[in-house]
Amino acid sequence: MNFDLASLQNIGADRQIALLFIILFGLLTVASIIVGLRSITRDDEELFVREKQLRRDVRAVWIGALAFWVSWMSGPFGATLAFGVFSFLALREFITLAHTRRGDHRSLILAFFVVLPLQYAIVGLERFDLFTVFIPVYVFLAIPVVSALAGDPERFLERNAKIQWGIMVCVYGLSHAPALILLDLPRFGGRGAFLLFFLVIVSAAAQIAQELASRQLRRRPTVRLIDRSFSWRAWGAGVLFAAAVGAALFWITPVDALRAASMAALAGGCGTLGELVMRALKKDAGVRYWGNRSSVTGAVGLLDRVAPLCFAAPVFFHSVRWYLPAA
Amino acid sequence: MTRAEAMGLLIAFIARLITGAQGHWKGCPPKAEQRIYFANHQSHLDWVLIWAALPLELRAQTRPIAAKDYWTSSPFKHWLTREVFNAVYVNRKRTDDQDPLEPLLDALRNGDSLVIFPEGTRSNKGEPQAFKSGLYHLAEQFPEVQLIPAWIDNVQRVMPKGEVVPVPILCTVTFGAPMQLTPGEDKRDFLERARAAVIAMRPNAP
Repeated sequence: MNFDLASLQNIGADRQIALLFIILFGLLTVASIIVGLRSITRDDEELFVREKQLRRDVRAVWIGALAFWVSWMSGPFGATLAFGVFSFLALREFITLAHTRRGDHRSLILAFFVVLPLQYAIVGLERFDLFTVFIPVYVFLAIPVVSALAGDPERFLERNAKIQWGIMVCVYGLSHAPALILLDLPRFGGRGAFLLFFLVIVSAAAQIAQELASRQLRRRPTVRLIDRSFSWRAWGAGVLFAAAVGAALFWITPVDALRAASMAALAGGCGTLGELVMRALKKDAGVRYWGNRSSVTGAVGLLDRVAPLCFAAPVFFHSVRWYLPAA
Repeated sequence: MTRAEAMGLLIAFIARLITGAQGHWKGCPPKAEQRIYFANHQSHLDWVLIWAALPLELRAQTRPIAAKDYWTSSPFKHWLTREVFNAVYVNRKRTDDQDPLEPLLDALRNGDSLVIFPEGTRSNKGEPQAFKSGLYHLAEQFPEVQLIPAWIDNVQRVMPKGEVVPVPILCTVTFGAPMQLTPGEDKRDFLERARAAVIAMRPNAP
């Protein structure tokens, strides 16, 4: 077996995929075993809570990886459907926190049962021109019209802005993830899922690196009122780590290592900034953790998990399509 | 699996998809004991929400109260309430020769749990209205049955009055600690205490 990474770019797509999943599930198994062993050896009360949190995180990654595998097995249709469901759940959580009024009912029905399915149908049909403008232009115009027809003038602009913003993030942003799978790039047919995998991995890498860096550096927080751990230096560490991971994974993308690194840096940086924006939103809504069981909404915390992806996916999509075309 | 069971699972699935239907068991664990759950009433969906928030194994023993004239008026409504929800039918029109609580008493004698909305009608003013006296009479005659207060939150946003299509918004049902009628307690005092227990379960009460 040849371990030259560049040659991995040239082996068949099926074998690449098999290799990818073996690596992914191998790493997860190792992580599970480590967490399992730690919970056996340590038994003091204070660490127990953190261990539990860690175990929950590992389980969440397992679920994510399995969902990824299932959506890969079921082809583009399955992936589109899976992300459509994610969008639905994320938007449900967002709207719960947005304190909508009685007069928003019809606009919300439009958002959930017309806009969301249509956007994913457009993705599935690979109409990427319409896909790019449907929500920013047509939905942007339609929502306030429906809202005006409901006849409630109170806080009109604010209410519409909230709904439009929620749709932009939870539906438009996230719908770029399955679009990556369907994107038809020259000499890269059938490997769109790698791009999605690449995106998920580098944005997770940026998040984890930023979190660790902020603990190590202990810098003065840049925006104390929103996030006590965010500093530009920690953010930079996240971006750099994402770039490194991206460069190491370049063989699953259609581009060379340098371009893969810059695409990864871009996606990672956007993702962590998206996380910061969601923190601000949470503070505004008065929720500490969206996954908190005793919170107002009982929200399941999905929005928290997909927020970095929502912000990173559109930028990454454009970088693949326009900024950094395959050489 | 019978058709009714499949229908029940489908309804619970839809309720969870739309509202999350999360049950927060603050004052008591979900247990197969004989109980009377009483809650605030803001929407037609209230019963379905409580029912979907209960663990599957408790659903069959926990019965709603349904108005006989409305819920037996068509074969489908009758089937839904009888086979799926196992509802207790009551007459809305009061007749002299029959106690309107009689079907509820029968169900309790039978060992079933009940869900009641003591306001008697839906309110959307935020605070629940004064409780009707039915709860007091049930507590008086069945002192061994646990009375569990519950607050259903957010459901009025899912389907406001006059709308038919529900909007997906997360709702919670918070169950409180069991309460009891203290010996010699006045009816008015008890009902006011029960109402306060329901309001106390409201998350982030202003």
